[in-house]
Amino acid sequence: MDTVSQLQRQFVDHTTSLYREGFVDDQFTQLQKLQDENSPDFVVEVVTLFFDDCEKLINNMARALEQQQEVDFKQVDASVHQLKGSSSSIGAMRVKNVCVTFRTFCEAQNREGCLRCLQQVNREYSLLKNKLQTLFRLEQQIVAAGGTIPAVE
Amino acid sequence: MAVAAGEVFASGSQELHVLAVDDSNADGKIIERLLKISSCKATAVESGIRALQFLGLDGEKHSGYNVNLIMTDYSMPGMTGYELLKKIKESSACRQIPVVIMSSENILTRIDRYFFNSIIFLLHRV
Repeated sequence: MDTVSQLQRQFVDHTTSLYREGFVDDQFTQLQKLQDENSPDFVVEVVTLFFDDCEKLINNMARALEQQQEVDFKQVDASVHQLKGSSSSIGAMRVKNVCVTFRTFCEAQNREGCLRCLQQVNREYSLLKNKLQTLFRLEQQIVAAGGTIPAVE
Repeated sequence: MAVAAGEVFASGSQELHVLAVDDSNADGKIIERLLKISSCKATAVESGIRALQFLGLDGEKHSGYNVNLIMTDYSMPGMTGYELLKKIKESSACRQIPVVIMSSENILTRIDRYFFNSIIFLLHRV
């Protein structure tokens, strides 16, 4: 197998596992459909903005939950709500699902539960970031080697 | 909000200038793209305050840009979509601009005179 075929194979396998393991859902597919020659880096740009949003929101949540005295659960919930929305928009399914659970702990004003969810959100965000960066790298490599990005059903 | 925006503009438009207000940068970018694909001119801002500045309603003396439609997220830090709606409807220069508010929360308990004749429809976001 030449380089392009190998890379394309890797790309297909990697994409398939992203969906199979629930890292992304159909909304991510919709996002890719918005990309074309007029906007060739659209997905990378949106995902990058999403990760920036994630970091900011996770920091907000951590700061609010660190308060020794009274934790402002409304503030935590506001950040989780935002993250839930953004993750839905780009199809980051696992991140979104943690947010759903996270909100119930905010409502219940359960600090321990919230801290556990914060850890989970952080983990899912890191995992997703890693996997999408791999995906984008494979795309770049395929194009650099003169190949085309295969469509994955 | 991004998915809903796509449904609003399915039929395309004649160079409408749409102002999209969303505190999520990722969402804002998606909406901008959807609007451009539908042949609209799109400006995305990240807060109600920025939206008011763009519309020329912040007290600074400059002409507002010509905006035909405003699409805004409801729950945003600082100024909510509702507060933005109020400010727009209180302004003689901008009150005729249709405002679409998008929310995943149930905000119908807050319907009042600002909403009446203002909202096109509330879209369920997620």
